[in-house]
Amino acid sequence: MLAFTIRRAFQSLIVLLVVGLVAFSMFNFVGDPVDNMLGQERTGADIERLRTQLGLDQPFPVQYYRFLEGAVQGNFGISYRQGRPVSDVISERIAATLELAMVSAILAIVFGVALGVFTAIRRNGWAANIIMSLSLIGVSLPTFLIGILLIYLFAVELGWLPSFGRGETVDLGWWRTGLLTESGRKAIILPAITLGLYQMTLIMRLVRSEMLEVLRQDYIRFARARGLKDRSVYFRHALKNTLVPVITVTGMQLGSIIAFAIITETVFQWPGVGLLFINAIRFVDIPVMAAYLMLISVMFVSINLVVDLLYFAIDPRLRADRSGSGK
Amino acid sequence: MNNMGEIVLSVRDFGVEIPTRQGILRPVDGLSLDIARGKILGVVGESGAGKSMTGNAVIGLLDPPAHVAGGEIWLNGKRIDNLNRERMRKIRGKEIGMVFQDPLTSLNPLLPIGDQLVETIMEHLPVDKKQAMEKAVAALDEVGIPAAAQRIGSYPHEFSGGMRQRVVIALALCAEPSLVIADEPTTALDVSVQAQIISLLKRMCKERGTAIMLITHDMGVIAETADEVAVMYAGRMVELGPVRDVLTSPTHPYTQGLMASTPLAAKGNKRLNQIEGAMPRLDNLPQGCAFHPRCSIAKDKCKINPAPGMDLNEGRAACWFADGTKQ
Ligand SMILES: Nc1ncnc2c1ncn2[C@@H]1O[C@H](COP(=O)(O)OP(=O)(O)OP(=O)(O)O)[C@@H](O)[C@H]1O
Ligand SMILES: [Mg+2]
Repeated sequence: MLAFTIRRAFQSLIVLLVVGLVAFSMFNFVGDPVDNMLGQERTGADIERLRTQLGLDQPFPVQYYRFLEGAVQGNFGISYRQGRPVSDVISERIAATLELAMVSAILAIVFGVALGVFTAIRRNGWAANIIMSLSLIGVSLPTFLIGILLIYLFAVELGWLPSFGRGETVDLGWWRTGLLTESGRKAIILPAITLGLYQMTLIMRLVRSEMLEVLRQDYIRFARARGLKDRSVYFRHALKNTLVPVITVTGMQLGSIIAFAIITETVFQWPGVGLLFINAIRFVDIPVMAAYLMLISVMFVSINLVVDLLYFAIDPRLRADRSGSGK
Repeated sequence: MNNMGEIVLSVRDFGVEIPTRQGILRPVDGLSLDIARGKILGVVGESGAGKSMTGNAVIGLLDPPAHVAGGEIWLNGKRIDNLNRERMRKIRGKEIGMVFQDPLTSLNPLLPIGDQLVETIMEHLPVDKKQAMEKAVAALDEVGIPAAAQRIGSYPHEFSGGMRQRVVIALALCAEPSLVIADEPTTALDVSVQAQIISLLKRMCKERGTAIMLITHDMGVIAETADEVAVMYAGRMVELGPVRDVLTSPTHPYTQGLMASTPLAAKGNKRLNQIEGAMPRLDNLPQGCAFHPRCSIAKDKCKINPAPGMDLNEGRAACWFADGTKQ
């Protein structure tokens, strides 16, 4: 298992290096930042000074090495647009994105699993049928449309919930949270639903089909034949056996929740890194774009690593240690 | 049946129905049998004869849309075919244990065998966790798992097939049921292990006075273990009697054919004779006696009248002409 973990960590590292190369290449291939940073009135001296300041006068491998060196230390240079360190710009906003992603993920997982189990157990009931039909809408509507519909209904028509921004936030020193204030909690509801709805329906449909499959297995029959309660049969025996595929997909979906937060953040003007990225693109703010790419890939890679480790926690057959085995 | 001692299971004129679009199928029809304390009733018959259906009906695990239709099932003097779900659940595992065919799939792969034993014991017996654990070790010990106390935390995949079937038997017997239904308990095992499992079942049955319904295709197993044999054909019982009588001088023409086609009865020198034709499908049962199209002694009466009750031949066989064909 240790060997596996090390191998996986190594693969993750390679992935990050490749993404790093792509992110870094943008510096050389996408536009000229100096053009964008200095207005129309500029002198050759200005340009030279800025080039040196940004390290753009160095050869490619040196630039890449310095980029990596900085990235490891969380230093992505200076934002072309804001003229401040990228790490500052991102860390101001990462909390908003992570909070939104977490709340969406929790909503998606809790409701997805619960509804999946429910629709599997009551597979012929009317309630299950209605939920299944509704879930088709969930998977087929694009995110921005869901967001706009929710805004129209709950913010415009009913006026219950705010339609943009994060509400009041509280600074905990290392984290700026909106979850501790009433307005912050209200503000996160609509974006979280918008962001997590697709994942929720996906998890629900997956849990349902896996459950239906598992409920046909002999060990479920045997659990029933041993007189175990339904609760134990469904949750202790059946649900646990659906977890490996469910966790795989959920892990990938968590990654995409963070990545696709861009759309939701745009619709709801949520002050997170997604919105930052969109603005960065508009101004060809390459250090910010590169840092964002790296950030997202670090998250993807670490979620995948956690998922792999969860497999071991769940399925004893994967734990390769030979102790205690035999006849 | 008064010399058989205490009756554990008594099935009277029992039927199972499956509603289908083509009409109602009766995979079990007019079945009556008794099993006494400490006795083993072998149930034999071709694939699709309704053996498993009978076992599942007794333990209350028919898969919808199959359902009990008429007749009575008595267990230790209590009627159990009309109990509600919850009361039937409490009987499963506690008063009726079940052993399935495939030990590789009967155990939940994600739970240590000790946990599966403990949950079953605690469900049915008034013991605390520690006592349940002790009982679990004792149960494993009893079925011949070496170093039971150390193996209690092992997962199913860490055991061989034969050992797993022992664990399954321990699970079926851990709450000391008075009846065990074993549905082809050795079919999926290596030949070398089959005898061990059968003798284990037999030993447990004698030691505890458990009644066993042993469903099997293997006449050798029947000859070795069963006290009585019930022969089923197309959902009906065609012959019932003490194992020696049925094996050496079968009364019903179907049983005669069955015996002639097994090496055991043919004693090596005679050729093995297959019965011509195949068992009719449930949705296409012939009029009259279900066996008549394949029967060598069938007369016109057999084509018109359903087979008679067993009492026509002193409770031995359901055949109009069994007497005349006896050698
Ligand atoms: N849902 C269903 N719809 C229609 N027919 C069914 C259904 N379930 C079972 N049957 C039929 O019921 C009959 C009895 O099946 P059962 O499993 O009891 O046979 P068996 O004697 O145990 O056979 P085997 O030796 O193969 O295990 C079979 O003919 C089967 O085709
Ligand atoms: Mg069967």
